[in-house]
Amino acid sequence: MTDTIFALSSGRPPAAIAVVRVSGPNARAAGEALAGTLPPPRIAGLRRLRDVEGGTLDQALTLFFPGTATATGEDLLELHLHGGRAVVAAVEAALASQVGLRRAEPGEFTRRALINGRLDLAQAEGLADLLEAETDMQRRAALAMAEGGMSRTIIDWLDRLSMAAARVEAELDFGDEDEVTQATGLDLPPLLAPVILEMAAMLTRPPVERLRDGVMVVLAGPRNAGKSSLFNALLGRPAAIVTDIAGTTRDVLEAGVIRAGLPYRLVDTAGLTNQTADPIEAIGITRAKAQLDVADLILWLGEPDAAPANALKIGARGDELEHDRVSVDHVTSVHDQASIDALWAIISQRSQQLIGDLASGALHARHRSLLSEALSALQAVDGHDLLLDAEHLRIANRALAAILGRDATEAMLDALFGRFCLGK
Amino acid sequence: MKQFDVVVVGGGHAGTEAAAAAARRGASVALVSQSLAQIGTMSCNPSIGGLGKGHLVREVDALDGLMARAADDAAIHHRMLNRSKGLAVQGPRVQADRRRYRASIQHQLARYANLTLIEGEAFALHLTNGSVASVALADGSTIGTTAVVLATGTFLGGKIFRGLDRAAGGRIDERPANRLGEQLRALRLPMGRLKTGTPPRLDGRTVDWGALEPQPSDNDEWRMSPMTRTPRLPQLACAITRTSAATHDIIRNGLTTSPLFGGDIEGGGPRYCPSIEDKVHRFGDRDGHQIFLEPEGLDDPWIYPNGISTSLSAEVQDALVRSVAGLERAQIVQYGYAVEYDYIDPRALDHRLALAAIHGLFCAGQLNGTTGYEEAAAQGVIAGCNAAALAHDLAPTTVDRARGYIGVMIDDLVLQGVSEPYRMLTARAEYRLALRADNAEARLSGWADTLGVLTPARQAHLRQRHAMRDAARDGIQDGVDADILREIEEDRRYAPYLERQSEEIARMRRDGDVAISSDTLSLRSVPGLSTEMIERLERASPKTLDEASRVRGVTPAAVAALWLHSRKRT
Repeated sequence: MTDTIFALSSGRPPAAIAVVRVSGPNARAAGEALAGTLPPPRIAGLRRLRDVEGGTLDQALTLFFPGTATATGEDLLELHLHGGRAVVAAVEAALASQVGLRRAEPGEFTRRALINGRLDLAQAEGLADLLEAETDMQRRAALAMAEGGMSRTIIDWLDRLSMAAARVEAELDFGDEDEVTQATGLDLPPLLAPVILEMAAMLTRPPVERLRDGVMVVLAGPRNAGKSSLFNALLGRPAAIVTDIAGTTRDVLEAGVIRAGLPYRLVDTAGLTNQTADPIEAIGITRAKAQLDVADLILWLGEPDAAPANALKIGARGDELEHDRVSVDHVTSVHDQASIDALWAIISQRSQQLIGDLASGALHARHRSLLSEALSALQAVDGHDLLLDAEHLRIANRALAAILGRDATEAMLDALFGRFCLGK
Repeated sequence: MKQFDVVVVGGGHAGTEAAAAAARRGASVALVSQSLAQIGTMSCNPSIGGLGKGHLVREVDALDGLMARAADDAAIHHRMLNRSKGLAVQGPRVQADRRRYRASIQHQLARYANLTLIEGEAFALHLTNGSVASVALADGSTIGTTAVVLATGTFLGGKIFRGLDRAAGGRIDERPANRLGEQLRALRLPMGRLKTGTPPRLDGRTVDWGALEPQPSDNDEWRMSPMTRTPRLPQLACAITRTSAATHDIIRNGLTTSPLFGGDIEGGGPRYCPSIEDKVHRFGDRDGHQIFLEPEGLDDPWIYPNGISTSLSAEVQDALVRSVAGLERAQIVQYGYAVEYDYIDPRALDHRLALAAIHGLFCAGQLNGTTGYEEAAAQGVIAGCNAAALAHDLAPTTVDRARGYIGVMIDDLVLQGVSEPYRMLTARAEYRLALRADNAEARLSGWADTLGVLTPARQAHLRQRHAMRDAARDGIQDGVDADILREIEEDRRYAPYLERQSEEIARMRRDGDVAISSDTLSLRSVPGLSTEMIERLERASPKTLDEASRVRGVTPAAVAALWLHSRKRT
């Protein structure tokens, strides 16, 4: 017998309302125990919830959804409570005291939806992103995936690839028998080119991890260039220690910030120098260089000529120093908020380019790697050796099917469900 | 009452291989055939092998079967199909002298001391408590046994069609086995009808060979079996001609007498080997279809015109043959016909080719919905091995998809069923790059030896060949057979791909360990399975997740649902 599970499904109290969901075979009984009678299915009704002694717990908007056409595929009860901590705790305690009911594990509601066939794997992954989404852009990307847009595209590719594969197979199995293939004149690479283009386009989508974790903006340059001051100014708070002493920042400092619906990770680094006797500073410099390698955007506060490729060249301490306005991209002064806002505008513009149009969805690491595998297999099809071409088509086909869930593995699922917070 | 461990019913390609395989595994075997003289007959085309089929012949040989050596004993024309393509899809095919082929099979069978040939018609199976106990013959005698292999080909409920003529029979001029068919239907086994056909045979002395393009035999000295050390017979050339617009008109006008188009034949025919009337009907815009004129023997004037299988009336057949270049004066010595027959839905079988419903009953060959000698022979070996295993309590013999075409075919049959006669194709084998016709011995013989399926002569041969393989891998060429040198070279060429596939194979085998129940009740309890998926799974009754993933029309989402459910239970 499946347990019936419950959890607070809205944000942490206190809040205006708190939604507690109950899913499983005892959901109806649990609702009746608390509310006396339940409103008709799928219709909200106001009910007075009472504990076993008859004491009032709360006045709650109560909804009951009979399985299997529910979010989890099971009977589902929703209690919209007043969002105080005490109220929620009391209702949860009343639920926990019922036989067959227990608190949900993290991700358990979605796990049940998946097990009960209410979601496919790609949708479940999209939902995980949606629930974690903190910014509007993350939300749009996740929603696209949860709605199954990506699944539809992949099914279309699979159809088209199997058409191509069928022609190759006909050539291999009947090529010597005249009848079937006489008229085909099979030329594979042009046949596959449109699919390859579409797949490559999908691969240019931003990684969903980047959306989740934020665009990584790294401040770098020589010692005492004003990186930490600028770091603080961009954050709007004194997160880094700022002194006039060269080499104050000896480690990597990181802070998250959301601007105009986009998440960022700002990274302050140790000043780059070749002359340090301080082993701690030396380690900091090594780390700084490592950060430069993974940065989405570098703010370079050193000599413009020494800037890494594609770095945004900043003339910092604009109030103290003269900068050559031709060779730097932007001049800032931490004492001039307008210059900081203008820098943010540039960062935002660069990031938008980086992230592209998210309305069509972002790409998971798992999807990206399978898609890359499929794409490189298709790119290897050269029309010379049909047997190997057929094998490449088969590899592409398998990889795409795996995105839809054929290749579900234990580890992948655990990783997926490990990301849910309780009650979703 | 005579008593045998295994009784094989039928002396065609499946029956003979089943009987010999069971005997090799140590069982006492009786092979029952309506006519002992017909044992080993090639009912239709005089060729053995081809694309996919050549792989099966080599695999049967690797299990020490009869077919490859019989083909070598009788080969009068050799052709390596797909020679311009990769080795993994090359298909060895020979034209075989009918009489010599049959003689070789009979000669090979005679060498098995524990194999008895019995002439008679198997009339009925006697069951005791749902298990096979004996086989009753039409002459009133009874043979007691533990296991029966049915290899009745087209003889169960066989009905022959030509124009408006109808006759009961499994082959022309041979009686059908109707009583047995009725009994199987009465046992409520899932059965259906399929049809196949054969072309008219021509008198080669009336063919104008000079007007036709000859197709000579391959020059290189390849053989079907590495055991064969005798020289080739004299080689004959085939010839190629084509149907013409006039031929197609004759066929269209003759369709009124066609049992195929008149709706008299209910069984589905093979798309892969259509009748000429089918071809003209479906590809009417083509200006001609190729015909291969294949000699049926060294000292036999009969010619098999491959490509014009037909069940049109005799008059139409005469006219259509004579409308073809080179055949203007050709005489038909035996008219073509279609045969419709009972088959058992192979989804009722397990991977041993045993019927789940009747303990001790195995089925092999055309009866299981396949077409082709090679497909039949391959099933025969597996059914025979398992019938002997049942009688002697030995390990079952099953081949998985990564090990051989035999495994691919049986897995397809028992999971997918058939809607038309099943023919082996290389496209069906996902691990095709590993499953080459030229490495069948390396793939299967060692394994077969551990099952006790090899004769001492084969074991000795195998030891020699394995030593050659080791030598070839060490770069030694002296004293190593040419085919082994080539095999090792090809192994190297495909190695990167095989490496990649090994992961997939490991996965397939892992999913093969995830048991699922496929009865209706269990399937209904799996959330997220649609009624359609439940029906498909129920019919195929997969036992593992891996098998379920291959059931036709079962979606990845359904497989994921099954998998999730299996985790939920544990």
